[in-house]
Amino acid sequence: MECVFGLVGEGFAIVAADTSAVHSILLHKNNEDKIMLLDSHKLVAASGEPGDRVQFTEYVQKNVSLYKFRNGIPLTTAAAANFTRGELATALRKNPYSVNILMAGYDNESGASLYYIDYIATLHKVDKGAFGYGSYFSLSTMDRHYRPDMSVEEAIELVDKCILEIRSRLVVAPPNFVIKIVDKDGARDYAWRQSVQDVTTAAV
Amino acid sequence: MKLDTSGFETSMPTIGFGSSNDMLDGFTTVPSFDLPRTTDFDGFQKEAVQMVKPAKGTTTLAFIFKEGVMVAADSRASMGGYISSQSVKKIIEINPYMLGTMAGGAADCQFWHRNLGIKCRLHELANKRRISVSGASKLLANMLYSYRGMGLSVGTMIAGWDETGPGLYYVDNEGGRLKGDRFSVGSGSPYAYGVLDSGYKFDMSVEEASELARRSIYHATFRDGASGGVASVYHVGPNGWKKLSGDDVGELHYHYYPVPPETAEQVMEEAAAE
Repeated sequence: MECVFGLVGEGFAIVAADTSAVHSILLHKNNEDKIMLLDSHKLVAASGEPGDRVQFTEYVQKNVSLYKFRNGIPLTTAAAANFTRGELATALRKNPYSVNILMAGYDNESGASLYYIDYIATLHKVDKGAFGYGSYFSLSTMDRHYRPDMSVEEAIELVDKCILEIRSRLVVAPPNFVIKIVDKDGARDYAWRQSVQDVTTAAV
Repeated sequence: MKLDTSGFETSMPTIGFGSSNDMLDGFTTVPSFDLPRTTDFDGFQKEAVQMVKPAKGTTTLAFIFKEGVMVAADSRASMGGYISSQSVKKIIEINPYMLGTMAGGAADCQFWHRNLGIKCRLHELANKRRISVSGASKLLANMLYSYRGMGLSVGTMIAGWDETGPGLYYVDNEGGRLKGDRFSVGSGSPYAYGVLDSGYKFDMSVEEASELARRSIYHATFRDGASGGVASVYHVGPNGWKKLSGDDVGELHYHYYPVPPETAEQVMEEAAAE
């Protein structure tokens, strides 16, 4: 089952997601990146049905870019989160998207923020959030050790604690995770945590 | 089965008290509606959805290696326990440098791959360059996504060679699209993965890779009842695809595991004539 979680620290936000693409009992791929760069300073970690996840997040990404082109300035994280929730809500009673989203972003005025948006268009601004079976283990771990003024190193330690807990306690634990960070310098890959490495293919 | 709704009907006109009125003559019966002819009124809809639920009885696989993409599939079509055909072409030639594999509904796969071929050709004509494998698979994924929930059954891999080199994508009827190096789709896919994963190396020659593909299909057909027939193997290289082999899996079995000639332990002798 897909595990997505994230937290906000001092001037940054971190999100981690598992990287397995599963089809009933088969693991088709164990390095699927589920955290998308919405724009230079926003990350969207999504979990849900495969088609919906990619199509909906790409739709949001294109609309966020369109706003920037039309108006000359990028959307704030709060605005992007509210737009996303609005789209989910509109589609909910006709053609619902089964996607859960954690949106992390950095704005110069308001700093780093994290938004919890679930598949029935719930929206909350949070310090820490999680989706999936992994949330049963990561939420309490984060609740226990989280502080609002954490540094990047401390936050990564907490993320690793959560990953370790998921790996040791969840019966169908995903083998690999990807961690991404967003701060004043932008949104970028931070690290991969891989316990099962695919047979390496030469970089084509 | 029509439910007995005679209780709803009344001989009294709905408006007025017995006075014959031309204007109201057509309003004497309460409107009724047809009910679905089934004994299981609450569950019949679920059954209809289950009927179209994709059940992909097949084994197809594809993988990228040093010399390009190897694509292989079986050729059995089954309807429940009945084998309807042993000679289905499950590797579809979209255009001279791209192949698609078929798993799920045969009609769906054939139609949508043909449709994809048309779209790829239109792209070539409009842009004066070949479409990439990534672009082709995205076109297919978007088309299938727009039909999600309507009962399409397609589990396909798009394999090809474009400007960036060999490309392999998995696309299914839920609209999922995955880029990868090795995929196997169908009811026999776990068995095929077992052989494919343990024997895979990136640095293989075309002969080694085709043998690995053939072996994986054979082992899947051995264990999976819904897979069988002929194991076809195709290779996609920089100049396009080429069919390498098509071997009956029954014959492959005895090729891999020949029956040693038995030495009789006891010989029955003819009874001595009385």
